[in-house]
Amino acid sequence: MMDTSNWDWEKGVKVISKINDCDAETEWLTEPYASPDGEKVAVLAKTEEGFDVCVNAKAWGQTFDNAWYPRFSPDGRLTCVASTDMEWTLAVDGEPWPETYGYIWNTMFSEKGDVIAAAIQQDGTYGMAINGEQVGELYETASEFTLSADGKRTAAVVQVQSMDAADIFTFQQGCYSVAVDGQAWDIKVVNAWTPTFSPDGSRVAAQMRSSLYDYTIIVDGTPWSKNFAMVWDPCFNPKTGTVVAPVRMAGKWGMAENEQVIWDPVYFQLWEQKFSPDGNNLYAICAPQYGRWTVVHNNNTWNVLVNTMLTDLTVSPDGQRAAAAAKEKDKWTIMADDALWPQWYDMVWTPVFSPDSKHIATKVEKPGKKLTVAIDGKHYKEDFTHCWEPVFSPDSQKVLIRGVQGGKFKRIVAKVNEF
Amino acid sequence: MSEAATAKRIADPGLDQSIEKLTPDRIEATILRVINQENSARLKTFVDTCVHCALCSEACHYFMSYDRNPRYAPVGKVKNTLWEMIRCKGKVSKEFIRDAAQIAYTECNLCKRCVHFCPFGIDTAYLMTIVRRICHLLGVTPQYLQDTSHSHSATFNQMWVKDDEWMDTLQWQEEEARDEFPGLRIPLDKEGADIMYSVIAPEPKFRAQLIYQAAAIFHEAGSDWTMPASPGWDNSDMAMFSGDAEMMGRLKRKHFDTARRLRVKKIVMGECGHAYRSVYDMGNRWLGYKEMPIPIIHAIQFYCELLRAGKIKVGSKIKELCTFHDPCNTVRGMGLHEMGREVARAFCPNMVEMHPNREHNYCCCAGGGVINCGPPHKMTRVHGNSIKAEQLKATGAKIVIAPCHNCHGGLEDIIHHYKLDMKLMFLGDIIFEHMQKPGAVE
Ligand code: SF4
Ligand code: SF4
Ligand code: SF4
Repeated sequence: MMDTSNWDWEKGVKVISKINDCDAETEWLTEPYASPDGEKVAVLAKTEEGFDVCVNAKAWGQTFDNAWYPRFSPDGRLTCVASTDMEWTLAVDGEPWPETYGYIWNTMFSEKGDVIAAAIQQDGTYGMAINGEQVGELYETASEFTLSADGKRTAAVVQVQSMDAADIFTFQQGCYSVAVDGQAWDIKVVNAWTPTFSPDGSRVAAQMRSSLYDYTIIVDGTPWSKNFAMVWDPCFNPKTGTVVAPVRMAGKWGMAENEQVIWDPVYFQLWEQKFSPDGNNLYAICAPQYGRWTVVHNNNTWNVLVNTMLTDLTVSPDGQRAAAAAKEKDKWTIMADDALWPQWYDMVWTPVFSPDSKHIATKVEKPGKKLTVAIDGKHYKEDFTHCWEPVFSPDSQKVLIRGVQGGKFKRIVAKVNEF
Repeated sequence: MSEAATAKRIADPGLDQSIEKLTPDRIEATILRVINQENSARLKTFVDTCVHCALCSEACHYFMSYDRNPRYAPVGKVKNTLWEMIRCKGKVSKEFIRDAAQIAYTECNLCKRCVHFCPFGIDTAYLMTIVRRICHLLGVTPQYLQDTSHSHSATFNQMWVKDDEWMDTLQWQEEEARDEFPGLRIPLDKEGADIMYSVIAPEPKFRAQLIYQAAAIFHEAGSDWTMPASPGWDNSDMAMFSGDAEMMGRLKRKHFDTARRLRVKKIVMGECGHAYRSVYDMGNRWLGYKEMPIPIIHAIQFYCELLRAGKIKVGSKIKELCTFHDPCNTVRGMGLHEMGREVARAFCPNMVEMHPNREHNYCCCAGGGVINCGPPHKMTRVHGNSIKAEQLKATGAKIVIAPCHNCHGGLEDIIHHYKLDMKLMFLGDIIFEHMQKPGAVE
């Protein structure tokens, strides 16, 4: 978890910087990004020679041929994918990693932010790097890159067997596997997707296709003995270590745990399952009727339904509550505890629970591209042209709003009861 | 088995080698599963309703182009495949399956023209998708089509484009375009943009200039747009055509999830017909969505909206005589014929119609995954579309506007084979070349 205890939680407004200011000569500035603690804002800067990055109006002073994907790590360091002379690397707070690559992308962070990882391509082979160091072997192809929560381990789907163009028969015998820490499992599969670490990083589960028609879950290199018509992303129970995944049987979806069906296949769709931290509550998004969506909690569906889409399921820290972004036609709101917020928006973002599980906050967009933060169905009094997801204070009494207003990036700490 | 069903076997390892593994039990069980469990009511209605009147025959470009050979009549295709499977209760030979696969995958474009000609509205395209589904589950699919389906499953795009190749191509096009439009950026993974622009994999692979052109149009129109930096950028769907419904669902989930992750309001897709069908008709429904969870509009609609709103303006006009090809999936499927013409006419005052046109237009003969069945089956479709060549020739047009990638592939072969003196263009080509470009340097 990101440590927010030493952030400035003094109530009030701080103007951090004008986003279009930069102490270097620039042709244009684009796509501002705020740090998680709201103390910094970064913008990509196009200069006459190439690209630079400005943080709180101060340029890194580096010229890259190209730069993109500026992202702050949870501990507040700014990373940016950058190239010079056809070589790519990751620049962290203005310091490029010493190693360069044919390409680098998909920057990932550990939960605390102390570890930075990325996907790399070197001489046409693929893998991952952690803090600038290549992890294990590189492969003919790699995809679905994953970092464990503590940042110590990596996983990816890798190609372990070559095949010629249009060689459908070799493909169907299985050319792919999962590499953990850059070492592929012994097994070869037709396809694997979404490798996922257990919360402690010790185990990996993934979706697997063993033939063109048979899907199952593979855990630490061993597939479940039962096949299904299809599966979705597995996840680990944080307490018991069992693996659950939605499975399709005879045209409907159910839930399986360690290959046993625990929720009968009665759903038209079932996905995004999440455990409560104590492992006792399992939530998921489901369609109990065709085209109608709700949340299912321990195999009991909520009553409220939406027609268009339900997504971004989030479970409260105490495990007693869940919330998701709900869409009806072209309007969005939050579905929480079997009810919809009364306000509808042009867009909502992933709901965030307060540490005490009492409040739900989310970034919302009102008509006219006005962005702000809403808590428990009521939005903040001011709007922004850019805004980032809210962060609760450790005591759950306050919320950090990061937004751009009148060209100025502001850091606002507001009380929850001000909404 | 009728003689017509075995008349023209074309060598294809995906069909010939794959049938070796079939057993009578597997064939029977697969056919009964698909017929009884996956498709009962609609299929039964169609099968019970057909009176074998053959009124659908003249709808089909294959029938018309192959000297009215009954093998190519829609009813003939059903008779030689699905009806026989139902009549024999799944007890058909592996050779029968091989021939049924050839018919369903390479002699029907799933273009749905025949639906309009059947007095009962029997949808032969739907029946052929059932045959394809059976063949997929039996592992009997044309090699090249199966290869694209494999690519979808391994890379989430149909051309084995790797993540870095995708981003590198976008950045290369951005750099090229910036020489002409100094402030231009192809915003990669810009969260909260209004539009996610999605394309099919042949664009980064072979036709990267189309991405340049689209970027220029977005730039000049002042659109708030982005392209994803992760898989989910390819909207195409050959798994839908191979009969692999599960992969189709997985692909479409990735596509919608990518747009949702970026929090865009809508997806604008490039000029492709089948990808559009996959989101408005097939893939979304398989996932459990009654409608598109995130609106997807086709480039035809998008360009039309830009012109109507004055966001792009006509700079110059094309003098040559032009004609407009109505892609089945955007026209018969979604009724975009007038919008397409509105955009075309804005730049091409000299327009002539093909006859028939709009929802009655003849298919390009490449769609339905047929062009993806690759070189072995090329001449089947080229000879199966002489009717299109006649239709094109009769217009006397010098430019054919076809807002669909597959149609381009198919029509290119027709124009070349039948030696038609015509040039093919996308709507995007025309707009890029002839719009006003106030943001460009001379
Ligand atoms: S769907 Fe098109 S190609 Fe297939 S039988 Fe009907 S008219 Fe012919
Ligand atoms: S027109 Fe309709 S009823 Fe007549 S043969 Fe064709 S599909 Fe059957
Ligand atoms: S490729 Fe074009 S004309 Fe051909 S079937 Fe698809 S949409 Fe129809």
